[in-house]
Amino acid sequence: MLLRHTTKEVKERKALTVNPAKTCQPVGAMYAALGVHGCLPHSHGSQGCCSYHRSALTRHYKEPVMAATSSFTEGSSVFGGQANLMQAIETIFTVYEPEIIAVHSTCLSETIGDDLNQIVIKAREEGKVPLGKFIVQAATPSYVGSHVTGYANMLEAFAKYFAEKTDEKRRQINLLSGWVEPADMRELKRIMKVMKVKSVLLPDTSDVLDTPMTGKFEMYPKGGTTIPEMVSMGDSMQSLGLGEWATEKAAIALDNKCRVPFEITDIPLGIKATDRFIQALAKAGRVSIPDQISEERGRLIDVITDMHQYLYGKRVAIFGDPDNIIPLIEFLVDMDMKPVYIVSGTPGKRFEERMGEILSERVPEAKYKNGPQADMFLMHQWIKGNPVDLLIGNTYGKYIARDENIPFVRMGFPIIDRIGHSYFSTLGYMGGLRIVEKILSALMDKQDATCLEEKFELVM
Amino acid sequence: MVINNPSEDQEVMANVRTIPGIITQRGCTYAGCKGVVLGPTRDIINLVHGPIGCSFYAWLTRRNQTRPLEGEENFINYCFSTDMQDSNIVFGGEAKLKDAVREAYEIFKPKAIGIFSTCPVGLIGDDVHSVSRDMKEELGINIFGFSCEGYRGVSQSAGHHIANNGVFKNVVGLNDRERTGKFQVNMLGEYNIGGDAFELEALFEEAGITLLSTFSGNSTIKSMEYSHTADLNMVMCHRSINYIAEMMEEKYGIPWIKVNFIGAESTAKSLRKVADYFGDEGLKAKVEEICARELAKVNAVKLSIVPKVQGKLAMMFVGGSRAHHYQDLFNELGIRTVSAGYEFAHRDDYEGRKVMPTIKIDADSRNIEELVVGKDEKLYRNDLVEKKAALESKGFEFKDYNGMMPDMAKNSLVIDDVNHWETEKLIEFYKPDVFCAGIKEKYVVQKAGVPLKQLHSYDYGGPYAGFGGAINFFIEMERMLGTNIWKMIDAPWKNESELVGSMTIDA
Repeated sequence: MLLRHTTKEVKERKALTVNPAKTCQPVGAMYAALGVHGCLPHSHGSQGCCSYHRSALTRHYKEPVMAATSSFTEGSSVFGGQANLMQAIETIFTVYEPEIIAVHSTCLSETIGDDLNQIVIKAREEGKVPLGKFIVQAATPSYVGSHVTGYANMLEAFAKYFAEKTDEKRRQINLLSGWVEPADMRELKRIMKVMKVKSVLLPDTSDVLDTPMTGKFEMYPKGGTTIPEMVSMGDSMQSLGLGEWATEKAAIALDNKCRVPFEITDIPLGIKATDRFIQALAKAGRVSIPDQISEERGRLIDVITDMHQYLYGKRVAIFGDPDNIIPLIEFLVDMDMKPVYIVSGTPGKRFEERMGEILSERVPEAKYKNGPQADMFLMHQWIKGNPVDLLIGNTYGKYIARDENIPFVRMGFPIIDRIGHSYFSTLGYMGGLRIVEKILSALMDKQDATCLEEKFELVM
Repeated sequence: MVINNPSEDQEVMANVRTIPGIITQRGCTYAGCKGVVLGPTRDIINLVHGPIGCSFYAWLTRRNQTRPLEGEENFINYCFSTDMQDSNIVFGGEAKLKDAVREAYEIFKPKAIGIFSTCPVGLIGDDVHSVSRDMKEELGINIFGFSCEGYRGVSQSAGHHIANNGVFKNVVGLNDRERTGKFQVNMLGEYNIGGDAFELEALFEEAGITLLSTFSGNSTIKSMEYSHTADLNMVMCHRSINYIAEMMEEKYGIPWIKVNFIGAESTAKSLRKVADYFGDEGLKAKVEEICARELAKVNAVKLSIVPKVQGKLAMMFVGGSRAHHYQDLFNELGIRTVSAGYEFAHRDDYEGRKVMPTIKIDADSRNIEELVVGKDEKLYRNDLVEKKAALESKGFEFKDYNGMMPDMAKNSLVIDDVNHWETEKLIEFYKPDVFCAGIKEKYVVQKAGVPLKQLHSYDYGGPYAGFGGAINFFIEMERMLGTNIWKMIDAPWKNESELVGSMTIDA
């Protein structure tokens, strides 16, 4: 057994986290910043932070992930990190020549009280920021929230810094993306095209973290939201935030700074969340929904009706980030599956409300928890108490899946033992089809591998 | 950067700060302490005191394999953290840490708990050592802390030293167990990436050498407790573990030798050296028998691969020992190492231990405790000290690490703490056939059209140690250097002139 010390007896914990279903803020800030063109993320803290975050993102994407660090020493920790950041800014603009440095803080620099705003102002005053180059900064203390919070904070920083309101409104909407894959960002752009709604997508990691092999390394790949695009966001008709944990702050910032009204909807994953997204888009863009979209939706429903018998009543355990698993759980319920155990390390009171709305009637036996001690260890204990038919979550779930012999579908961050997540979207109706395919394959592969020989089916 | 000349003494700037803003390979002290040295040991709960990230990122990512017996403790697959919140930063986290230790004990009943400090812990003044003492008393199990905050030192290296100190102080020597073998040894600085330790354990077992403990691949705290009953310490990764070897010699009189089990010839040489140390004819004969048999197998594979890879160029920038050790494997294949360097080494790893007295202690090294170790009058092995002296008079070398540079060709480039810019330039200049580094460099280098072999994680392959490992590595190089996929980067129409068709959608 890989997790041989996990038993079904749940003892209440108030201090110890075991096998977390979250990580810390800065990695989210780094990911968000990679979705901006010509931007080099910078970690203001110890070297280890930057090294760990780059490694985590690199393992997930199997792509170069470039970021710099302030390389704190004990001295900087005692006397403050200003000198390190000033030197880093100079080094980066000289050696790596990005258009933007996106600085995020760490628990170290936050604990000693480094004020990023003040340091960046000083750097500008001292002429360390070349003409036409920019520094954006976000406070991302690791001891608050989770990696999703860091993503939200960096997104807010970009929106706040670049968006400008001029006298001329633009017939476009701002699409603020929650934490999804490059393939998903690409799919969002495709849907916008099909809907014929002009938009600015922020951030956009497609063509950054899914680049082709060319034989030439590009420090700043061609993808990413550009500066002019971000500037133009201030004149957009509306902002649409996909996922409240990740995008609400940025949407509010755009409203406060440029009076761009906003609506927050879920990440368009599954049937209903995609329906809401498409409708919101149609309303915001004042367009009618093209047949192509309805046909894609129809195909998804068609496949579910075809295969419903394999999905019905299946008990599922899910761990991941609120913005991603809320629509996923709603989708599972719509397919008559039973999401019975759910954990998310990311705090936020709304999670429980949303779970209640989705589950209280259809799956009243469901157990769910988010925030402190809502970890994979707890979920595993629940599973030990009463098994499930399917597990959905990031790669760390494979230890539970193997011990308990549960079919396992990888979704979330990080996925470091399989490919596909960067290339095949799980968003929209077409992405829904992929989720259904993955779930069915996992369930049916197990049936094929373990059923009695006389029960082995050719046609399924 | 130094242009190597093995016939001269050349000084390398090493173990110095990375310039802020530079894209470096290096990590932090915590990574060296918890991740590298303590991470591979299975029967201890490694509780990380800090915000969640530090524990999360060090969770299983180093591929330390371990092989517990049925019913034995194994906490390696678990991740433990106090998940500090802002209130813990403001009001102090010691109470939460104590509660977390109690909860860990109650749920898992471990025999040992290690507590690791992350950056904010040191800054807010949480004392992990006093918490450890209190909890040790309360719970009656071995609990000890490490002040391995990420900002100490200039790289992971500081963390290795801190881990060595902690293990030596709190674990080594707790169990004066009776002898169980004729030739008792420890292996130091072997972390069982990809099963390397399994490969070596099998060799020792067959030779009749009793491996008491490994620091720390496939290891237990239990075995480290009686590691001081060994007759010899073998040091694999000099950088990360020489401190314990030194302290064990000072306290218990156990001599140490440098070994290298990467490369078939090096493996044979190291095994022979151990046999020579014990001087037992039976052991020597057994080692010769193993070497003859295994080298024959290795050579058969080598002969079929050498013609395909001979003369290719390699470079390697990794760790504190692998950038040196792996040159042996490449040499055996006739692949030239044109440039190499370490990520977190000190001058002695380049230039040899002879320079150690001349290394200046700077501000970043001064804050790491140097333990003062005295003789253990009861257990001090005068017999081993005499044995050592007798062997030394015959030319047998102890503490024999001469560093990377004497083994490298003249005019090869030695670069410490290589950065991204240098990496790009090296690739442009040398166009190497294979580049060895870590996960952060992997796809940067590959995008430039050069295959990269990870020497931290082995690209999830291995083992590469010992004789069997050498065979695996040769086959891996055959695969990596022989594939046609790199030649397919350009599409066949790349150089065709552009046509404007009359049947296009827009036409």
